[in-house]
Amino acid sequence: MSTITSTGGNAAHSSRYVIADKPQGGLRAALASREALLALLLLGVLGVNGILLPNFLDPYNLADSTFNFSEKALIALPMALLIICREIDISVSGILALSSVAIGLAHANGMPPEALLPIAIATGMLCGCLNGIMVTQFGLPSIVVTIGTVSLFRGLASVVLGDKAFTGYPQAMADWGQGYFFDFIPREFVVLLVFAALFAGVLHTTSWGRRIYAIGNNPIAARFSGIHVDRYRLMLFMLTGAMAGLAGYLLTGRIGSTRPNIAMGWELEVITMVILGGVSIAGGAGTIAGVMLAVLTLGAVTYGLQMANIPGIYMTIVIGVLLLATIALPRLLRARKK
Amino acid sequence: MMLKMRETQLALCIVALIALVGARAPVFVTPGSLSNLLTDSTLLVMLALAQMLVIVTRGVDLSMASSLALAGMMSALLASRFPALPLFIVVLVAVAIGLGLGLINGYLIGYLELPPIVVTLGTMSVYRGMVFVLSGGAWVSSHQMPADFIAFPLTKLFGVTHLVWIAALVVLAAWYVARYSRFGRDLYAIGNEPSSARYVGIPIARRLLWTYGLAGAMAGLCGYLWVARYAVAYTEIAYGFEFTVIAACVIGGISIAGGSGSVAGAVLGGLFLAVIGNALPVVKVSPFWQSALTGLVILTAVLINARNGKQGGRQILPLHLNKATGSAA
Repeated sequence: MSTITSTGGNAAHSSRYVIADKPQGGLRAALASREALLALLLLGVLGVNGILLPNFLDPYNLADSTFNFSEKALIALPMALLIICREIDISVSGILALSSVAIGLAHANGMPPEALLPIAIATGMLCGCLNGIMVTQFGLPSIVVTIGTVSLFRGLASVVLGDKAFTGYPQAMADWGQGYFFDFIPREFVVLLVFAALFAGVLHTTSWGRRIYAIGNNPIAARFSGIHVDRYRLMLFMLTGAMAGLAGYLLTGRIGSTRPNIAMGWELEVITMVILGGVSIAGGAGTIAGVMLAVLTLGAVTYGLQMANIPGIYMTIVIGVLLLATIALPRLLRARKK
Repeated sequence: MMLKMRETQLALCIVALIALVGARAPVFVTPGSLSNLLTDSTLLVMLALAQMLVIVTRGVDLSMASSLALAGMMSALLASRFPALPLFIVVLVAVAIGLGLGLINGYLIGYLELPPIVVTLGTMSVYRGMVFVLSGGAWVSSHQMPADFIAFPLTKLFGVTHLVWIAALVVLAAWYVARYSRFGRDLYAIGNEPSSARYVGIPIARRLLWTYGLAGAMAGLCGYLWVARYAVAYTEIAYGFEFTVIAACVIGGISIAGGSGSVAGAVLGGLFLAVIGNALPVVKVSPFWQSALTGLVILTAVLINARNGKQGGRQILPLHLNKATGSAA
């Protein structure tokens, strides 16, 4: 059974699964791509909201609205690589909670503020390493492993926390979580942009990135062509963990406390961002640009709903419908053409 | 032979666990406590059975908990608006709503051939959001619901609650469907080798449509039972429960890669998680440990199952290499 999705339209001559040596150029191909679609959607959302809501396009408001999604998007970047590689990590929110608890513990035991970021990232990496070892050494499906580890990580976090919460974090963390550069651009957003550029560079210009696509397209063929498939998988799980740790550091700094329900349910929001960005759940296709556009689109919709005083839960309906529509519409259109 | 079966091992584990907890805290093995345990496990077991059928086809239904919440909320709203409505109509409505939600999943997955995990991820958000829209974010609490609506699940019949009877019927039905019905066997075929299943003429799209429909209907039924049992309906009911259900399946040895899994496995997986959940307070382990222990159990179970799976490939037909016939099979 084919679970292959396609951007449709010109599917007859260009599958998303073909790895061309060089992407085919041409304006038409560019316009039909997922990224163009998302960019149009983003412009549409910005335009409609800008007309309907008076203060929507205020630059300060726009800049502040990035706080809503920066941490999630930081996790979405490595998640995109994982999904391109045919793996998935459900445990990211658990990792985030555990790193936040690790920061809290370290801080409560008198560690200096500079040590907290390395601790968060190391905790995340350790958790990711556990996921990666379970997947690569024991050959277990990543979805099953990470469903197990999410309850393990979050469970450990709540064991440490009990019914208390860690608060009173140092000023340095609040600076990174809530602070601005030049009193205008939120620092978190800058961190996100830097990492997005880094991930895009690695995925789209280096041989490491090409190998990730190769693994996602056909892990067995990739192994036979001399790629250390398991090493890549392990590294990607550790990277995802580390980024979840970083997100945990920023989020803890922003909200200034660690509670047991920190980042509850984020795994699905992060995965939604990635899928909406055009990364194929079957692996082997997708771009960082697409993911970032999806992140910004979702951010703009959320922000618009907030400005219009619509409860946040409506957002989940919008996200769900967007997700379904973007995968179902191309399929429906193609079926009609046949 | 019997001892080597995964289900037997799991059953022994459960008995050992109950005995162990009983040794430390005798109150755990009293009939009352065990009957409570059984009642607590029913919803998980029923949902795990439906999820099992979905997983067998190489799919997964992440929207189950949301369908449960939506059907539960609608049945609660219906019962509180029209208290005169007979109970079975309310239940029927809940099942029908669940069925409808499931059929939407099934159509997208079966006929449009979209990946199950993405589709159900999307519908999960939509259904959960709709609970909020329908209820306006308000709670429906026990005094708004009619008395018979709340009383039904925990009313006792021959010493055990209605919940247990319903679960028993569901287990029997699932056992028949998975084992003997053409529909059920087709699901295993689809999960084992979709392209072969297509060649032998199994209507894959239609089967998937009804599998997800069935999962939805089960979620609908459980939605009513959940709301009535806990006597409250709000937007976040059963939030995150989809993972617990999948965990029960995984512990029961149902392969996430599709094509294998048994009714007994799903039932025992659900029971196992229920035993852990009920045992922790009894042995005075902080409830905060529950989630961590559940995670450990899932990981251990998949590790053991993976090791079992490695011992030789499946032999479908007896070998006729020597004069010895396949008596060992």
